[in-house]
Amino acid sequence: MSFLANPDLWANALALTVPIALAALGATFCERGGVVNIAMEGLMEIGAFVAVVVAAVTGNAWIGTLGAVAAGMAASALLGWTALHMKSNQVITGMAVNALFTGLTGAGGLTGFLLVAVYGMQGTPTSTPQLPLWHIPVVNGIPFLGQILSGQISLFYVFVVLAVVAHFALYRTRWGLRLRSVGENPWAADALGLRVRALKWQGVLISGAMSGLAGAYLSIGTLNLYNTDMVAGRGFIALAAVIVGGWTPLGAVGVSLLFGVLTALTYQLQATTSLPQNLVLMAPYLLTVIVLAVAARRVRAPAADGAVFEPRQ
Amino acid sequence: MIQSQIATGVPWQRTVGAVVLAIIVSGVVLAVAHMNPFQAYGALVSGAFFTPLAIGTTLADALPLMLVGVGVAITFQAGLVNIGGEAQYVVGSIAAALVGIAFAHMAGPLHIALALLAAMVAGAILGLVPGVLKAYFSVNEIVSTLMLSYASVYFANYLLQAGPMSVSPYLQQSANIPASAIIPALIPGTQISWGLLLAPAAALGVAWFLRQTRTGFSIRMMGQNLSAARYAGAPVGILTVVALTLAGALGGLGGGVEVLGNFHVLYDSFADNYGFDAFVVALMARNNPWGVLLVALLFGALESGGSAMQASTGVTAAMIDVVEGLIIFFIAADRIVAWATDRRRARAGSGTSPAEEVQA
Repeated sequence: MSFLANPDLWANALALTVPIALAALGATFCERGGVVNIAMEGLMEIGAFVAVVVAAVTGNAWIGTLGAVAAGMAASALLGWTALHMKSNQVITGMAVNALFTGLTGAGGLTGFLLVAVYGMQGTPTSTPQLPLWHIPVVNGIPFLGQILSGQISLFYVFVVLAVVAHFALYRTRWGLRLRSVGENPWAADALGLRVRALKWQGVLISGAMSGLAGAYLSIGTLNLYNTDMVAGRGFIALAAVIVGGWTPLGAVGVSLLFGVLTALTYQLQATTSLPQNLVLMAPYLLTVIVLAVAARRVRAPAADGAVFEPRQ
Repeated sequence: MIQSQIATGVPWQRTVGAVVLAIIVSGVVLAVAHMNPFQAYGALVSGAFFTPLAIGTTLADALPLMLVGVGVAITFQAGLVNIGGEAQYVVGSIAAALVGIAFAHMAGPLHIALALLAAMVAGAILGLVPGVLKAYFSVNEIVSTLMLSYASVYFANYLLQAGPMSVSPYLQQSANIPASAIIPALIPGTQISWGLLLAPAAALGVAWFLRQTRTGFSIRMMGQNLSAARYAGAPVGILTVVALTLAGALGGLGGGVEVLGNFHVLYDSFADNYGFDAFVVALMARNNPWGVLLVALLFGALESGGSAMQASTGVTAAMIDVVEGLIIFFIAADRIVAWATDRRRARAGSGTSPAEEVQA
C-alpha cells in the first residue's frame, strides 16, 4: 500500500473531485428549493465551451470563468422558466437541457453545433489562456500536505470557500431556512408569506452558476481548450453525489471526494498493476453502488422536490 | 410527487405540436447560422425515407430504441426513474454474441431463440440488481442504474479490447456471429432484420401485462400513488423488482436483436447512449408501449436522416441533437405548445393530471 503515501495520488484525487463537487453543490441548492435538477451535464458542457470562447476573446481566463458562470445561469434559466412558469415536468425538462447542450447521441448538441459554427473543424484556439495554479504560502512548506493542498488549480480554492459558504448559507442563515422550507412544503411557505417562486429561482440559478464554474474548471482549468462531450458524464455523477449525499452540501462534497479518490486510485492501479485497464475503470462505479447498499442509509429527498407550485393569484 | 409526474406523461397532441415547434425553431437556428433550413430538412427527410436503404437504416436505428424504450416505459409506469437501458442493452448484446459464437452448429431458429433468450436473461439480471437494491437496501434507482450503465460499458470494452472476446489482440471486436444465429434481413441489402417484428410483439405484451393483469394494475397503481398502493396492500418491493427486471429483459432483447440482426459481430464501441435515448422516448410516448414505437421511429428517422444530411449538405449532425432537445423541451414546457396548438386548453392547470391534483 506504499502508493497511498504518494502525495500526487491525493492531489490528483482533489483535482478530480472539484468539477463533480462544484456541480453537485449547486444542484443541492436547486433541489433543496424543490426543483429537481438532472441537467448538470448540459449546464457544464455549455459552461466549458463559453469559458474557452470568452477567455480566448478577452485573453483573460478569469473573465472566461465569469462567462461560463453567466452561460450556466442562462442555460439553467431555461430549466427555471419551464419548471416554475410553464409547470413542466422537471425530469423531462432536465433531460431536454442535457439533450440540447450535450446531445443524446454524442454529436455534441447545441454546444457541438456552436463549436463548429465558431471555430470550424480545427478546434478552439491554441492561444486560449488557462487558469493559474496557486501556491499557498504557508501550506506550501508543510511536508506531504503541502504537496497535496498547494499548487492546485486556482478554482480549487474558490471551490473550498464555496463549499463552506454553501453549508453556512443553507443551515445558518434565514435565507437558507426559507429555501429549505420552500422545498419541503411550498404551500405552507407561501401561506407564511415567503416569495416561493423567487426562492426557487435562486436555487436554480445557483445551480446554473456552479455548473458553469465546473465546466470552466474542465476546459480552462485542467486544459486550455474545449472539445465535444468534454464533460463525459460528470454531470450525472454529480447528480448521484447529490442523492447519495442526502441532499446536503457537505454530503455532496463528501461523495464527490469519495468518487475522486476512487478514480485517482484507479489511475494509479492502471499505471502500477497488470490488471486489465477497463476492469479497473469499472471500479468507482461499482464501488459507489456497493457503498450505497452497505451504508443502507435512508436518505430523504426534500418532501416537495419536483412538485408543481401554483402561486396564489 | 415526481413519481406521479413520471407516471402520467403528456397528451399526444402536445407531442406532435412539440415536434412541429422544434422543427421551426431549429430551422431558425440554421438560418441564423447562414444555412438553408429547407435544403437541410429536405436532405434529412430523403435520407430517412426516400430509398429502401434509407428506410432500412431508419428502422434499424429505431428498433433497439423501441425495445429498450418499451422496457423503460414499464418502469416509468411504476414511478421508477430507470436510466439503466444502456447497461441492459450492453449485457444483452454481449450475451447474444457469446451464445451466437459458442454454439455454431445449432439449427438456425433454435440458435437465434437461444441467443435472444440469453440476451433477455442477461438484461433481466441487470434490471433485477437495481430492483433488489431499491426494494430491500433503499438504494436510489437513478444512481444504481446510472452507475451500472457506466460499469457495463467498461466491461464490454474489457471483453473486446484485447480481452477474452476479442478475435485478435489487434482488432477490437468479437469473432463473427455464425450464420445460424443471424436474423435474416427484412429488406434485403439494408440493416433492418426480421427482428423488427419483436417490437410490436413487445408492445402488445407489455400493453396486455399493464392493462389486463393484476401485477400490471398494481404496478400502475404504485406509479400513480405510492402511498395509496402501500395502503391498499400492494407488495411494493416485489413490484419494484418485477418492473425493473421486465424492463431489463426488454433492454437485453434490444441489444441481442441489434447484434444478431444488424451488427453480426460485437464492436468495442457499439454502445450508443440507449439509456438516455430510451428514457426520453418513453417519456415522450407517455409511457404508452405503442407510442414508444412511434417516437422511437421518429428518433430513428432523425438519426439516419441526420447522417445523410451531414453527408450531403455539410450541416453537422449535432443539429439533430438540437432538434431532439427542442422536441423534449417543448414537450416538457407543454403550456407553450398548448398555447400554440389549442388556445381553449391553455388555461391554468391544464398540464396537471387528476392524480397530481389529488396529491396537491
